[in-house]
Amino acid sequence: MKLISDDGIRYDGRKVDELRPIRIEAGVLKRADGSAYVEFGKNKVLAAVYGPRECHPRHMQNPAKAIVQCKYNMIAFSVGDRKRPGPDRRSVEISKIISEALDYVVFTENFPRTSIDVYIEVLQANAGTRCAGPTAASVALADAGIPMKDLVPSVAVGKVNDQVVLDLQKEEDNYGQADLPIAMIPRTGEILLMQMDGHMTRAEFDRAIELGVGACKRIYDIQKDALARRYTVEKTEEEPAEEAPSEQEG
Amino acid sequence: MQFQKGKKRSENMNKEGQGSSREIVLPGDLLESGGRMKAGAGTYVQDGKVYAAQVGIKSVKSNFVNVIPLGGRYIPTPGDSVIGKVVDIGPSNWLVDINSPYPAPLHVNEVPWRVDFGDTARFMNVGDTLLAKVLMVDETKRVQVTMKEQGLRKLQGGQIVEISYSKVPRVIGKGGSMIQMIKNMTNTRIFVGQNGRIWLDGEIENIVFAIRAIRMIEENAQTMRLTERVKEYLESVCKPAPAEDAESR
Repeated sequence: MKLISDDGIRYDGRKVDELRPIRIEAGVLKRADGSAYVEFGKNKVLAAVYGPRECHPRHMQNPAKAIVQCKYNMIAFSVGDRKRPGPDRRSVEISKIISEALDYVVFTENFPRTSIDVYIEVLQANAGTRCAGPTAASVALADAGIPMKDLVPSVAVGKVNDQVVLDLQKEEDNYGQADLPIAMIPRTGEILLMQMDGHMTRAEFDRAIELGVGACKRIYDIQKDALARRYTVEKTEEEPAEEAPSEQEG
Repeated sequence: MQFQKGKKRSENMNKEGQGSSREIVLPGDLLESGGRMKAGAGTYVQDGKVYAAQVGIKSVKSNFVNVIPLGGRYIPTPGDSVIGKVVDIGPSNWLVDINSPYPAPLHVNEVPWRVDFGDTARFMNVGDTLLAKVLMVDETKRVQVTMKEQGLRKLQGGQIVEISYSKVPRVIGKGGSMIQMIKNMTNTRIFVGQNGRIWLDGEIENIVFAIRAIRMIEENAQTMRLTERVKEYLESVCKPAPAEDAESR
């Protein structure tokens, strides 16, 4: 199967080091303390944050810090064949790694005995939802006003047709040779999440990290922009109300 | 690296006056790299540089960089006046919800009445609301509240609205100017708890106007000239027969 043409154009028309179009919206849900919606190409992911709130069951409380509980869930209609609802091996694993990544950035010691609950719902999946998850969740955490070190952009890098490519989409993920999702703090270079599926040589791995770090910086800017937009719109809510409809028409 | 907590919440209260910068900062934004200013509330230090830890507005005050939060949960501090709801009763205490992640027990020794053991329900029951003061908070954020102080009481009648705790200073205004104006113009009795709960009592129309004014403050908390705009609204609505004018908004 040929997923990359001879002149380096991929199945969906992207170059090897090109991201899918990304759209992030902060504060989309009214009932949650914080929320975010992320589109990563055809991926559509919604994240909501509650808390810090009283932790139940009691035995999970930590008297020294808050616990971060993340629930990653794929909706039944998020994939081609109907996904059987409910937690499965894969979603439990992804919930765990995302919880651990987010736990590192949140100042949990400020809220002893509480739990910060993060819900990630995948509305539509097209490979790389475990990266869209923390991308959305960290924006939602910031939107909830929770003190944290930084936002957590995340992206997958992979190997397809013996070439290292950025941000795999479904066909490349299914028929490619390797998949390497990473989440990081771009400012410090700390990597918070990394998994690998398939095989890469050392040189390919280094190239993949280099591509991923660059892409995370770009995603980070989009995340910050989404939050800034959310809070500046609030500031000047009254004035530009009339402009909004004309934008939709154009 | 350590998160800096505000020493006194009141430090951030009178933010209206300092119009120098109203810059919105996000977690991870660099606030100070030269070491000239110290890390204040809502910030953290890494490698000698100060970064924002929360979404908020950057403010510089007496050589401290602070981030005034735009959201988040209320965390009790000793001395805060709060409005609580009784959620459970025991033989010698009430469990009070103070709109924070931590439930606050109110012991019978901390109420102005003499309560016999097991007689707590005669004084306050589940669902009752009360004015209380945070007595103490320990390292694991175990909270205790008290009602043994002037003006603290069980609330009878009136209504309660909830706003974000971070907007309480705006509702109160500089030196209480905003809330005093609302009270005077709507002729209502209002009590604002530090935990974002507001109790109002008076004529029902007047309460409605006061609530609208409070919602207006909540929505436009970061804008300039807020007191004047709220005043304009209240003038338009309160002076002549209030009932009709309400429809214009």
